[in-house]
Amino acid sequence: MSTSDTQHRGGDAALINASIARLRDGLVAGEYTSADLAAAFAQRIETIDPSLNSLVSRVEPVEPASSTGRLVGIPYVHKDIFCAKGTRTTCGSRMLADWVAPYDSTVHERLSRSGAVLLGKSNMDEFAMGSSNENSYFGAVANPWDVSAVPGGSSGGSAAAVGARLVPFATGTDTGGSIRQPAAFCGVTGIKPTYGRVSRYGMIAYASSFDQGGVIAKSAEDCALVLGEMAGFDERDSTSADRPVPDYVAGLDESIRGLRVGIPKQWFSDALDPAVGDAVSAAIDELRAAGAETVEVDLPDADIALAAYYLLAPAEASSNLSRFDGVRFGYRCEDPKDLQDLYERTRSEGFGSEVKRRILVGTYALSAGYYDAFYRRAQKARRLVTDHFQRAFEQCDVIAGPVTPTPAFDRGAHSADPAKMYLEDIFTIPVNLAGLPGMSVPAGFVEGRPVGLQLIGRHFDEARLVNVAHQYQQRVDWHERMPSLAADSANDNREG
Amino acid sequence: MSLTNDQLQTVAHLARIAVEPEWTEALRSDINGILDQARRLDDPRLNDLEPMAHPLDQVQRLRPDSVTETDQRETLMDGAPAHEQGLFLVPKVIE
Repeated sequence: MSTSDTQHRGGDAALINASIARLRDGLVAGEYTSADLAAAFAQRIETIDPSLNSLVSRVEPVEPASSTGRLVGIPYVHKDIFCAKGTRTTCGSRMLADWVAPYDSTVHERLSRSGAVLLGKSNMDEFAMGSSNENSYFGAVANPWDVSAVPGGSSGGSAAAVGARLVPFATGTDTGGSIRQPAAFCGVTGIKPTYGRVSRYGMIAYASSFDQGGVIAKSAEDCALVLGEMAGFDERDSTSADRPVPDYVAGLDESIRGLRVGIPKQWFSDALDPAVGDAVSAAIDELRAAGAETVEVDLPDADIALAAYYLLAPAEASSNLSRFDGVRFGYRCEDPKDLQDLYERTRSEGFGSEVKRRILVGTYALSAGYYDAFYRRAQKARRLVTDHFQRAFEQCDVIAGPVTPTPAFDRGAHSADPAKMYLEDIFTIPVNLAGLPGMSVPAGFVEGRPVGLQLIGRHFDEARLVNVAHQYQQRVDWHERMPSLAADSANDNREG
Repeated sequence: MSLTNDQLQTVAHLARIAVEPEWTEALRSDINGILDQARRLDDPRLNDLEPMAHPLDQVQRLRPDSVTETDQRETLMDGAPAHEQGLFLVPKVIE
């Protein structure tokens, strides 16, 4: 079938909302070629993305590098934090606005090897710092469900692109919630694996002891398939976990009868929008209906976790981002009068406000005389939070709760007060402190904006997370819903 | 613990970030807002806990000391704002 046939077929709706497995079946059966598929999604990007701004670069699709991989011919986009040789890799920053990656990240190498077809690089909060995707040098991203709302951040472009079905899946990274929160806000499924599960090689560093690459896709089934291709030991990442990767797809159909689901009672408090709480409780009821048992667990001190994270991550960032000095990479200010002026003006002009704020906080927290009061104290808090999880997992197999306290907020709502914006991350950050795997699964809507159910597992228990999420998705159809986009004519399954 | 203007200038110098005068006050107030939250870390339960640097309490993996990468000097330098003959160019440092 030719590309134009693909576009004209009312089946576009079926095609663009299809699972990756279904798309693969169609390719294998010869219903369309990988070039047709790439063209169909590229056409959607062309039509719809101007209203979203979810991508910062388009990449001309090439023939799949493999003919036998599990993702042969499946189009996707990378969060623009992953290096792919020869493509512009900006990290959402003026600092790298024209920087072309000279090598491949391991994630890119693995996805290429499995035959996936890169269509572009997605917009993001600058250097992955943000919860609204309003901190990008390339402009804010709109939420496909409501363009006056933020898509979440920092992987906001990836979540918006998958939400609008511009691609079947996208890569993301999660340092304090940056996969799960935008996935929740955009009504898509996202998985942040255990720290060390996916290689950080070629993934631009923000806070190295937290950063973890993962997947944003329509369903848990798709996440399982893609994660299996991305994950695994990499000797080029010194914190990569040297342990085998299970077949995440193989266990999807297992029953969750008897599964013990921990419900953190402190997370269902005044801080949680009651309507979000209702949606999440309804999702937990579905898990019960599928045979799971629920048990109340204690996860206190989310406020301490938040305080610790917003010292530790900036501290690591202040060190990681020192490499952007106007000498070795990217941007340099005009006419520097001496080396000092070159450094200071390059960094002042090349970084946006949030990045500068975090570098300054981190520099302060690490400076002489304050190290013990801030950095060391925060590392102790990391232990406290991790111990809470450890105790909770003595009583349960997975933890279920909200991803965010509210649905997607309006654009501009928090830009005046960074500390308030940070509260958005209160349910996601503790998971990063402990390095645990977490998922966001679409669980309904509040006033037309999506709500996510968060599932948290033990270290390296991703297989169980995708299994639980998949079993949930067998009972509901939230993940099948598509936003009603003005520019979109190929949508017969829209949410009103 | 709150940051004074002088401290902010010192930190900005350490971080090699020029802070425009018109941003100083707002920035100081933002940073103080963040440091205010850090008061939660005064919690006495933290006193005796072992600081945690890595989520899996992993030890640093070692590898044999052998050359694994090929020389890509020119390719890697292509992303630099100014370079010549394999050297990065910067303003004159020594008169």
